[in-house]
Amino acid sequence: MEKCHDIMNFVKRRGRIWILWGLVIVMLLSVIAGIMVGPVMVPMKSVIASLFNAQDESLTAFQRVIVRQIRLPRVLLGMLVGSALAVSGAAMQGLFRNPLASPYILGLASGASAGAAGAILFAAGSLFLLPLGAFVGASVAALVVFNLARGRDGRTSILTLILAGVAIGALFSAITSFLLFISSGGEKLSDVLFWIMGGLGRASWTSVAILAPIVLVGIGAIITFTRDLNALALGEDGAHHVGVNPEKLYRWLLALTTLLTASAVAVAGTIGFIGLVIPHVMRLLIGPDHRKLIPASALVGGCFLVWSDMVARTVLAPAELPVGVITAFIGAPFFLYLLKTRGASL
Amino acid sequence: MRIEARNISYAYREIGLALDDVSLEISNGASVAVIGPNGSGKSTLLRILSGVLRPKSGVVLLDDVPIHERSARDVARHLAMVEQERSIGFDFTVREVVAMGRTPHRSRFARETQADAQAIEHAMELADVRPLAHRSIRAISGGEGQRVHLAMALAQKPSVLLLDEPTTFLDLRHQTQFMSIVRQRANEGMTVLMAIHDLTMAAQMADRMALLKSGRVLVEGKSQDVLTAQNVESAFGVRAIVGHHAQLASTYVLPILTGERKV
Repeated sequence: MEKCHDIMNFVKRRGRIWILWGLVIVMLLSVIAGIMVGPVMVPMKSVIASLFNAQDESLTAFQRVIVRQIRLPRVLLGMLVGSALAVSGAAMQGLFRNPLASPYILGLASGASAGAAGAILFAAGSLFLLPLGAFVGASVAALVVFNLARGRDGRTSILTLILAGVAIGALFSAITSFLLFISSGGEKLSDVLFWIMGGLGRASWTSVAILAPIVLVGIGAIITFTRDLNALALGEDGAHHVGVNPEKLYRWLLALTTLLTASAVAVAGTIGFIGLVIPHVMRLLIGPDHRKLIPASALVGGCFLVWSDMVARTVLAPAELPVGVITAFIGAPFFLYLLKTRGASL
Repeated sequence: MRIEARNISYAYREIGLALDDVSLEISNGASVAVIGPNGSGKSTLLRILSGVLRPKSGVVLLDDVPIHERSARDVARHLAMVEQERSIGFDFTVREVVAMGRTPHRSRFARETQADAQAIEHAMELADVRPLAHRSIRAISGGEGQRVHLAMALAQKPSVLLLDEPTTFLDLRHQTQFMSIVRQRANEGMTVLMAIHDLTMAAQMADRMALLKSGRVLVEGKSQDVLTAQNVESAFGVRAIVGHHAQLASTYVLPILTGERKV
């Protein structure tokens, strides 16, 4: 048993660098696959050709529109949202020293839902108001929770943070339910519900252009804290003893993960399980070192959402399943399996 | 390096005053033991001296610079600490944990340099954990775990080493091994401050002692002067036989049980 453990650790240590490069290749392949697959199949050669050459003759005008205006932005948005959620999850798990933490732990998802519901029900139909409402709702929830958890001495209590997250989450869920109840039902109601289930159906070049800089800068900033996240595994005092101020780390990472998660949720709804399961799986595969765990989670989180989205738009084509349903269908059983087999050593 | 606590007071919100106007000076290269009953403020004093806790009043000076004017990183380059026990989140290997001791010496993205690797290997050698290097930190025993934490602290290349009852949960062999390693470092010039319960062990380790009771320094001075039957009784409320042992070349303390022995 111990021997087996040693061998696993050896593989983890030796394999980490090339796994990252392998994942970059997987990501490129996922982008191409995501563009090919759908109610109208586009051959791989044509996808590659049209990506690099707008005047390519092998595609019909119709195919060109599908590739460049519909599928490419959708796949890119999936990559961005999936990466943002997985990185936020990995950072949260490191911050809470708990592999069961998720990006929604501060009540972000409920806050976003309430914000989105408010925007859809009271401000009819504007394209920008829904994401804005969701972003504001998520940020408000996180800010309230974070401030509740800060003691009089300026220190953040992790336990209070988690409990306040649960309570604020419940409060915002109640607000959402209330808003849905007093709404007249009909189309607006199904809009809200569809948004809550999460999906990439609203993808456009505009949403990609807004999300891309936020996600890239956010992930880049989180990567600068990966060494400190490793030190935090020693506990708050332990981190302090090797020169990492835990309070500073909390503040930065909570702000960055809130920004990432709130932005992702604003454009794609509350897609579950990516932020929980992906970092977890990557930790099993390449070990707990955040310097590799965070980039790997970013790559795999993005790919996982793109593949889930492919399933979502093909299984019941031409109808589209909310992608949150797919990620939960894959994620929840997998998570239970991990819980059962690995138990305490999560 | 010299470390000094000047008129330190500290109070916890739940239990009130933990330290009341405590002053303590540890000169460069000295080995000092902080002794005293449970709740007398030893751990609080060490956490304040390490810069983790900020005293309500008073100041900690590290080479005459107030510790709170130094960054956590700057402090960690000079000062390392081993606690009673420390649980580590996630499944790091022993070597990865020891390498965390290099954190204050490395910039964020720097790869492990030759100097880092040497410090890590040397620390693992000193603390006798090299055979465990690739084991998971969760697959080793308590005694091994404490040696790993000592190795991490040594990899920091500190000039001051703080120990907060690091051997409390260890058996006799592991206690002796741990303390022998520390004493060797002290002999080589490292400044060592330890909170410790085993008074005879403390006498073997430290030149000077501070005896705390209820958050105040009861006596401070040379070990043989602090460790008297009278001081032990007034601090711990325990009668003890205290003497000088020629072979140990230091003081020993044997506590006496109350009541009659069953015949």
